[in-house]
Amino acid sequence: MENKNGKAFLYLLPAILFLGCFMVYPLIDVFVYSMEEGYNFASQTYFSVGTYNFSYVLHDPYFLQAVKNTFLMVVITVPISTGIALLISLALSSIGPLQKLFQTIYFLPYVTNTLAVGLVFMILFKKTAYTDGLVNLILKWFGASSVDFIDGPYWAKMFVLCFYIIWVVMPFKILLLTSALASVNRNYYNAARVDGTSPFRIFYKITLPMISPTCFYLIITGFIGAFKEYSDAVALFGTDLNAAEMNTIVGYVYDMLYGDSGGYPSYASAAAILLFVIILTITCINLMVSKKHVYY
Amino acid sequence: MKVVLQDLTKKFKSRDKKGKGEVVAVDHFSFEIPDGELVGLLGPSGCGKSTTLFMICGLQKPTEGRIFFGEDDVTDLPPENRGVGVVFQNYALYPHLSVLQNITFPLENLKGKDKLTKDEMKEKAMEAARLVQIENLTDRKPSELSGGQQQRVAIARALVKMPKVLLLDEPLSNLDARLRLQTREEIRRIQKETGITTVFVTHDQEEAMSISDRIVVMKDGVVQQTGKPQEVYEDPVNLFVARFLGTPQINLFEGRVEKGQLLIGEEAVLAVRGVEDQPLTVGIRPEGFLLKEDGPLSLDLVRVEVMGRDISVVSTSAASLNPTVRSIIDAEMRLQVTEEKVRFALRPSKVLLFHKETEERIYPEEAE
Repeated sequence: MENKNGKAFLYLLPAILFLGCFMVYPLIDVFVYSMEEGYNFASQTYFSVGTYNFSYVLHDPYFLQAVKNTFLMVVITVPISTGIALLISLALSSIGPLQKLFQTIYFLPYVTNTLAVGLVFMILFKKTAYTDGLVNLILKWFGASSVDFIDGPYWAKMFVLCFYIIWVVMPFKILLLTSALASVNRNYYNAARVDGTSPFRIFYKITLPMISPTCFYLIITGFIGAFKEYSDAVALFGTDLNAAEMNTIVGYVYDMLYGDSGGYPSYASAAAILLFVIILTITCINLMVSKKHVYY
Repeated sequence: MKVVLQDLTKKFKSRDKKGKGEVVAVDHFSFEIPDGELVGLLGPSGCGKSTTLFMICGLQKPTEGRIFFGEDDVTDLPPENRGVGVVFQNYALYPHLSVLQNITFPLENLKGKDKLTKDEMKEKAMEAARLVQIENLTDRKPSELSGGQQQRVAIARALVKMPKVLLLDEPLSNLDARLRLQTREEIRRIQKETGITTVFVTHDQEEAMSISDRIVVMKDGVVQQTGKPQEVYEDPVNLFVARFLGTPQINLFEGRVEKGQLLIGEEAVLAVRGVEDQPLTVGIRPEGFLLKEDGPLSLDLVRVEVMGRDISVVSTSAASLNPTVRSIIDAEMRLQVTEEKVRFALRPSKVLLFHKETEERIYPEEAE
């Protein structure tokens, strides 16, 4: 028995070492940093240990802005992207011909480079000296006044960002949902049809419960992904997100480390710990809800 | 309610690369199922029996032909308006609903004047549950039930709306041997109690023979023979039906008829009248052999299997078309296992002769 355990640990060793170096140690280190007050990066010294860093971050208007942005994004993008993905997958799985073609088309954004996507969004939304952007052109046709989506009002920027995120995360959701739909045994539908079940009731009473594990997986990972949002905001609004009022929590952490106003690993660590707590709480709530509603 | 199938035909588009051509799954199937009978559709997989079942229940549209329930033409009716109950092969019980909710499900779909109150639904569901004897399991989820219990739930769900016709698709194929025996008797009992015209599909001839009032043997979409199980067994129209029915399988030999004598190998084994001289395929049911010291048919003994009630003698012969010849004889007949040869006389009624090419039966001649 002893010998067997030793062997098992030997096999586990590479993974344990790797995870220890790059996951566990940094995590502990972040926690340590976040408690060291007045840490000086150059001299590697600090004054005392306490919660000042947290209190600083929580009173920083930039951080509060980032938290507000992040929550707005999460609340908007996760339900909308999952909902639309579900509708598209349902449509995809009920059409016969051209299904493969449409599946490929819907999956394309997933394999497209983020910067290329950013470029397309620039063409769609950005105002330049020469053009107002495609969307504004269309808005003008309908008689609306043009809006600066990239440097304009807050809601316009938030709209573009959410639109962007939804568009980027959708393919993966569609992929998982179509395969989940395809794995539902056809006999359930046959049985329901013989009993004269209406299509809506079939969806609500049979399809949805059957694919509920996939749905909740997508919602949970969607929440986590949206809370960690950063790169898409950069692709749209550039690196100075604070100035654009479009910063996210991860963006704030990055700025505190490396940005123009950076060099504060303690503040960055405190913000990172706060984000961790937020995600942990939300995920726990998600799991608790899913226990009630997910079958199997 | 009697069910009449008239020239029922189903063609599918063939799935080859060119996308042309058709596969005929069911070919001009005509049959009348008398009211209140249990009919078994029997055949090897891919013979079109499930397709026929799905056409009767309305999940598939026939390419040609009509279906009547009583006097009503139901060919163009959707399944929910036909009044059928279906038990699917893997039961298709909704895994997220309890047994009671599963049974109630069809009732909840009723609309308009048929709409039931919650209490009425529950009462009807419990009634169906009692019929299949699962009334103490109604709070469980399907995954907490054994295969046999799931089967009962599926039957209860199919019966809860009191259908005119009950259809079962391979109802026993997911059960182990003992449960299968028990469940098929159960199906028979429920069918008798409710008097609902029932069609079930199976590839297991024993299953079909044991509980059906009538069986329909199919092959490649074409009905080979219909009739009472025993009649079809004793009186198969062709080699396929003869081979398909009966365990152990019918023994087949290469033989020929010469001057009114049936020859297997060089031995004249039986006098057959009215058959022209020709080579043919000889089928002998396992129970058609009689152990006899000076019997005309001699076989090379391989082994003797004692099965209590009777003895199975396994032997070989150069003329045999199967690897071994299996004969079943009464256990009373003591057998000398030391012998290398074993000699049999044949029961004339258990010997069937088939045409070598067409595989139609040529002896005994059709009764008509």
